[in-house]
Amino acid sequence: MAYAVLQKGRFDDFIVALAAQRKVMAPVSKGYGHFEFEEVRSATEIALRYIPTILPPKKYFMPQRETILQYTSDSIEAVVDFDPMAIFGVHTCDLAGIQCLNMVFSERPKDYNYLVRKNNIIIIGLECGDYCDQYASCAMMNSEMPNGGYDLFVTEFDEYLLFHVSTQTGEDIVKSTGLFETADASHKSRLAEYRKKKKSIFKKELPIDSKDIALLFDKCFESKVWDELNDRCLACGNCNNVCPTCYCFDVIDEPALDLTSGVRYRRWDSCQLETFARVAGGANFRENRGARQRHRYYRKFSYPVKKFFRYFCTGCGRCSRACMANIRLKDVLMDLIKAHPLDNA
Amino acid sequence: MNRQILKSSHFAVERGTIVRIKTLSPHEKLFEIALPGNARLNHDPGQFVGVSVFGVGEAPISVCSSPTKRDTFDLCIRDVGRVTHAIHALKEGGSLGIRGPFGRGFPVRLLEGNDLVLIAGGLGIVPLRSLVQYVINNRRDFGKVSILLGCRTPDEMLFGDEIEQWNKRIDVHFACTVDRAAPEWHGHVGVITTLIPGEMLVPERTFAVIVGPPVMYKYVIGELLKKQIPDRQIIVSLERHMKCGLGRCGHCQIENLYCCQDGPVFHYDEIKHIKEAI
Repeated sequence: MAYAVLQKGRFDDFIVALAAQRKVMAPVSKGYGHFEFEEVRSATEIALRYIPTILPPKKYFMPQRETILQYTSDSIEAVVDFDPMAIFGVHTCDLAGIQCLNMVFSERPKDYNYLVRKNNIIIIGLECGDYCDQYASCAMMNSEMPNGGYDLFVTEFDEYLLFHVSTQTGEDIVKSTGLFETADASHKSRLAEYRKKKKSIFKKELPIDSKDIALLFDKCFESKVWDELNDRCLACGNCNNVCPTCYCFDVIDEPALDLTSGVRYRRWDSCQLETFARVAGGANFRENRGARQRHRYYRKFSYPVKKFFRYFCTGCGRCSRACMANIRLKDVLMDLIKAHPLDNA
Repeated sequence: MNRQILKSSHFAVERGTIVRIKTLSPHEKLFEIALPGNARLNHDPGQFVGVSVFGVGEAPISVCSSPTKRDTFDLCIRDVGRVTHAIHALKEGGSLGIRGPFGRGFPVRLLEGNDLVLIAGGLGIVPLRSLVQYVINNRRDFGKVSILLGCRTPDEMLFGDEIEQWNKRIDVHFACTVDRAAPEWHGHVGVITTLIPGEMLVPERTFAVIVGPPVMYKYVIGELLKKQIPDRQIIVSLERHMKCGLGRCGHCQIENLYCCQDGPVFHYDEIKHIKEAI
């Protein structure tokens, strides 16, 4: 395992050097406790301590709006738009989210738009030493510790940043900037100490084992909990927009002013919107809000388990923070646990 | 931002030419489409294509001709939404974007050697027509074949001339019914379940195929189960809004299944425990 040390005094030099090579995106404070990933040119812009950004870094892998086709009167071309970039400061929950999306988009039939962008993005993770707020459930979803999915991973200490170098791409960055020192045994033992302390802080947030969540969902499809959500949900779709693993989309044509050429683009869509499952004849296959809420929860805790053998919830807490009706993921799961006790519990 | 042309993309669209348009009813037209160089669409009966009018959008449309017809294929389209309305405005010689075929079609090889009860309600005749044509073109490979159609009124019956031909064949049992009709109608009036043959049916070698409006499935499946047809041998084609055709955009999802990739054709045993399905 390769580690490299960057003295904090050199952090700005590092970001400036990296930004000279390619665009650098990092968490930036937007005030009122909100953060966003956006382009930075120096370390002074970066918030090293931040709670999950409003939108996850998903937006760089699968932009909110993305051209997939361009047409004229005599040509039709499938296209991909991409920007080579490095994303600095990705928390472990969002690394897990990107891993989920990678599985979805590399499965056949492959999504080359996503894959081209993925291959042009360098990921530098950033460790959380403590909970961001009460909405997180990363320990329950096993995403509080780094589980791969990055080129470099940063753990912050008082006087330096310790970088775990995970890929050759990461190694090349460390070498090319010439700002790093080699890590020795003392650095590694400090990391071990840090992780030990971290394990005492992050405890599963709800009284259920991670592996049992799928079993819970096997028996709660007809639960009254969904009826309660039916009465509360406003069907705004905020939860989908901020989710690091939601990837549903709509496809829309936009003609140019000449009306013979134009583009076809896809944009994020939301399974919570009333029209989402409606067909042209008028039938709506998920007409009620409770059924749509249930669908969203099953798409996190049940369906992907059957297909990808993992949960599509990273415990980041964004859906709970963004919900205008105060629907909190941890509360919903707790209600389900109470209403449908597992036999072995 | 860099823009690159993708040599392989599942969003790529081919330009199809409208060879012929036939008006079937005030709301439905039949479009005969040729791909560049008369290339074969190479579909299975029951599959669908994404049909584009550039600038308006794309809609999923089932292919309603059999793959045994090689140079062109048929799309029967009801003028019901934004895209289909634009398609209805097109003329012969005009062009349409074609993407696909997508999805799992009817399991024609499994059906071979067995008796078939093919049941369509309303617009269900459109996807089912690809299978009926396929079966008729390979008639020797199948056992007894019954075609049962239902629609609201006699006027709404699509493909009247072609249905007349099916009716005349000695190797097909044909019956149709309507919900309501004027006094001069001599055919059946009533629900489609009354047409399902009784004593002549051998459950273990019978496959039933159902395509119709969402409300129809429960009743027809119930009737078939009463006749002892095994779950596995009841085949349905389900309607959902299939947008990307790639199992991703989410619109067509039925619990953990994507109708556009896992379906639209399902065996009843695959979906009977799926509450969102029927």
